[in-house]
Parts: sequence; structure tokens; C-alpha cells
Amino acid sequence: MGMTMTQKILADHAGREQVTAGELIEAQLDLVLGNDVTTPVALPEFKRIGATEVFDKEKVVIVPDHFTPNKDIHSAEHCKQIREFAVEQDLENYFEVGEMGIEHALLPEKGLVVPGDVIIGADSHTCTYGALGAFSTGIGSTDMAVGMALGKTWFKVPEAQQFKLTGKMKPWVTGKDVILHIIGKIGVDGARYQSMEFSGDGVANLTMDDRFTMANMAIEAGAKNGIFPVDDKTLTYVKDHSTKNYKVYEADEDAVYEKVHEIDLSTIPLTVAFPHLPENTRPVSEVGDIKVDQVVIGSCTNGRMDDLRMTAKVLKGKKVAKHLRCIIFPGTQKIYLEAVREGLAEIFVEAGAVFSTPTCGPCLGGHMGILAKGERAVSTTNRNFVGRMGHPESEVYLASPAVAAASAITGKISSPEHL
Amino acid sequence: MIAQGKAFVYGNNVDTDVIIPARYLNNSDPAALASHCMEDIDAAFVTEVAQGDVIVAGKNFGCGSSREHAPLAIKVAGVSCVIAETFARIFYRNAINIGLPILECGEAAREIKKGDQLEVDFTAGTITNKTQGKTYETQPFPTFIQAIIEADGLVGWAKKELEGKA
Ligand code: SF4
Repeated sequence: MGMTMTQKILADHAGREQVTAGELIEAQLDLVLGNDVTTPVALPEFKRIGATEVFDKEKVVIVPDHFTPNKDIHSAEHCKQIREFAVEQDLENYFEVGEMGIEHALLPEKGLVVPGDVIIGADSHTCTYGALGAFSTGIGSTDMAVGMALGKTWFKVPEAQQFKLTGKMKPWVTGKDVILHIIGKIGVDGARYQSMEFSGDGVANLTMDDRFTMANMAIEAGAKNGIFPVDDKTLTYVKDHSTKNYKVYEADEDAVYEKVHEIDLSTIPLTVAFPHLPENTRPVSEVGDIKVDQVVIGSCTNGRMDDLRMTAKVLKGKKVAKHLRCIIFPGTQKIYLEAVREGLAEIFVEAGAVFSTPTCGPCLGGHMGILAKGERAVSTTNRNFVGRMGHPESEVYLASPAVAAASAITGKISSPEHL
Repeated sequence: MIAQGKAFVYGNNVDTDVIIPARYLNNSDPAALASHCMEDIDAAFVTEVAQGDVIVAGKNFGCGSSREHAPLAIKVAGVSCVIAETFARIFYRNAINIGLPILECGEAAREIKKGDQLEVDFTAGTITNKTQGKTYETQPFPTFIQAIIEADGLVGWAKKELEGKA
């Protein structure tokens, strides 16, 4: 029986010719990731296992990004614990503030992820690396501890849904609109326990940054992972960023999919997800009059160069609406520097936006832009759950950087087409 | 193993941000986490919950982040098990790994009302609603997951693996 791309990667890492959906397997890991929220919970478990050393010091990555630069004493203590662990274990891939970035923007940029890898991360958006043709999935802290100790873990082999993409997106439309549109169609549990496998001619029309954004939000449809085929764009990206060995897997011709969706990219509108679920989507043309207090542009979903360039294109020569806060936070230090060099930082500041150091901060309601009761934000992040960015009675609308930037100028949810 | 307690009932897509809001994740002390459990969906939960009580919910319980703080907060708050129509993948895995029993049972999830007195037998896989006088059968755990539970969670399982290597 044919296997999906995900199944083939898992089979290889389990030392097997064939695996089938539903089967429980043990697979070798190429990378284990944790952050400053999940790693402190993993460390005591690591000790309880009786482990003294990580399985491979090049394959354990720790990124303090959620409450950094340290928000308060508690977060400083957490960061201290993981820093001490990184020193004790002599971890090569621990990234301190100053060289860090939001983990899922950072790992591909640092060349730590290549096609065909199997990666677990104690962060749900670990699924981002599917953009590079790797199998990557979010797990909890205990799983992280066991992964660090053994270099392997158990998986239930997932079924898959196939998303066949054709055509080309209209101007202003990006990967963010495509993935919001898909989640709107299938729902927040539409791909629960399954892989979302993207394919078709349309993939070639997506930039790598589009693909990172789309794979990033696979978890928002409940998926175990999202994965893209490896093409010339992927290989160029890999050559520019990594010296690691990689392996390209392709789904079998006769792979079995639980569902197949045909999606013509040219029909996808600019899309906004209303509170309090990413599935509550509407085309921006149908949102009505919605006043906004804060705009957040960045995160592991939309904090890359494509996103910042799009934001600058909209903000250039304009001003952020009076009494509105516009906060822009890049994915990594490298992106930050590029934005400065390209003159984007100047455009942001002149428009009256805040241009922050990389951090998860506002995305999870941690710090650097919390919402008060009754306030409303348009955000390029990935979740708009109750209380996600602050007060339980605040609201988050998810959108692309173009829509978010346009909304920052007008003070209400707006399309960049009508500025 | 048998658990007894009253039911707290919630709807579909209860996410990890309402189970334990991210603003409290700068602290990983289980008791501190438990004191904010379910705060954004049910502010009275922490004052009303008693040892052994059961959370009952609809589809996709625990969707969202990978924070193990979510099942941990629920467990430390005194909840003996969670019954839902379906669970989100990472929550399911985390709950097993830390030893919070979870049961998928659509019928029970739809019929149990807030405050109903429940008795849950994990070995037999039965849920009894003493208030309504009804019993439901659920799927037992797959054998591999039973092995993890028998090894006292994933850590116990990994310990054996590591000893095997040495
Ligand atoms: S930016 Fe937001 S979604 Fe991404 S890792 Fe940070 S907190 Fe999570």
C-alpha cells in the first residue's frame, strides 16, 4: 500500500520498510526543541528518568523566546534554569537574547532543519518545519525530557488529508490568507490527529515564507503536522542556510488520503478570523465596521522578511491612526538587522509603529502589548482564543500583515486595496 | 481504580489558553498553576472543585498550545479525570504522559449535566451517572498506552529504556 510523505519519513526513522496509519512506532529523532516555558517543566522529568546527558548535544535546541528579554523575576528564574542546563550539557544550540529569535523562525534560519528530518518540539507550532519537507510536531514537556534522554520517541502513524493547490494568488493575498481560508473550511479540529499534506502546481507559486506560515498553522486545524513537497525553492533555501545532510521524500503515487481538497489559489480572498477561534473566517470585504485598538505584526507565523516587506509597503509614507498602538516584532535578530538595512525599520518608526526586538511577547499575552478589557486587536499571529492577548474580555482578529498594516492606518479592519 | 465526584460541564474546543492562561506560565509551580485553572472560562471553578471531581466537555478538548501546564493544572486542582467527545492530539498525549486519566465518550459528554454525581471505573472503562441513573461504556486504552500508564507515566517507561541501554 502506498504511503504519504509523512508516513515515508516516519517509516525510515523507525527502520521500517512500511508503516500504516494508526500503528504505534518508535522513531529516531533528528532534533528535540524546547523554550523558556516548556523546558523548565522538562528538566525535573529529565532527572527523574535518571538521565545525566542529553542523547546528542548538537540535536537538542533550547530557545528562550516567550518571556524574554525577561519579563519579571519568575521568567528570569526560568531562563536561568535553562541557561545553566545548556552550560552543564554543553549545548551548541542554545540561543541567548541577542542572537535568538522566535524558535520557529530561528531554527530554519540557523540551518538546523532540513528536508526529511524528524523533529519534536515542546511547543505546538513546531509543525512549522513541514515547510521544508520535514516531519515536525509539537509535544509536551515530559515528551521533551524523554526525547532529550533517549533520542527517540513513540508516534502513532497519522492518516493524511491532501490539499491540492492550483493557480496563483491575487495581489496582496499571501500564505496567511490561504491557511486561514483552509481552517475556515475544515474547522479547528478538521485535521485532528492527521497530517495536512500540501501538493499540486500551486505550491511553486508560494514563497518559502508563505509555506512557513501555512505549515505553522496546521496545528490550528488540529493536525499533527503540515508538510510541503521539496522543490527548487526548498533546495535553494536549504543550500543558503544549512550544511546538514538531507533526504527528499515524496508521497507514493498510490498513497491513501482520508480526504482530498482541491484549492484554486486564485479564488482565495484576503481573509480575517474573528474571535475566538481561527475557524471563524470571513473575507475582509465582509467584515463590516470594526474599530481596532491595537495592531500586532510578527510572531512565528508572520515575522519573516516577506511579512515585514509587505507591512512596509502598506505603511510607507503613512501614519498609524491616532490612539492606536501598532507593534511590529520580527522573528529573529537576523530579520531585525535586514529590516534595518533595507530601510524598513525607518518606515515603521516614521509611521508611528513600535519596532520591537524578537520575542513571543504579545502573541501569547505575555508582555510587550497586552490588551485591556474590551479592547480589540488585529494580529498576524495564529490564535485568537479567549484571553490570548490579555484580558478575557478582549478580542483578537487574525489576519495577514497587509490587512493588519492597513487596519493600523485606518483604525478599523481594512483591506490594503482601498487605502 | 475508581474515581468519584461531581461534574463540571463545558462545550466544544476548550483550549489550553482558558485551561491555564499564558499570563501565568511565567511560573511552573503546579499549585500556582492549579489556582488559575479554567479561570477565563469559569472563574468559580477553583473555588467549587473538590478532590475527585470530573471535567466533562465536548469536542476537541485541550486544543491549542503544547503546554503540559494544562493537564497538570487540572490534575493538581483535584480533578480525577476528564471525559470529552474528543481530545486535541497534544493534550491527549500530555495527559497520558503525566498520568491524568482521560476518556473519550460522546454519549456521556452530551448527556452529563453540571453537578451530576459521577463514578468512573478506569479498569472496566465505565462511567456511571448516579444522578441520572445511567451507565456508559468507553474504549479501554490501547495496550502500548496501558504500558506507559503501568510504568507510571512516560518517565517510568523511559527509565526502563535507559536502564536497558546501560
Ligand atoms: S510567537 Fe506565539 S505562537 Fe509562535 S512560538 Fe511564540 S508564543 Fe507560540
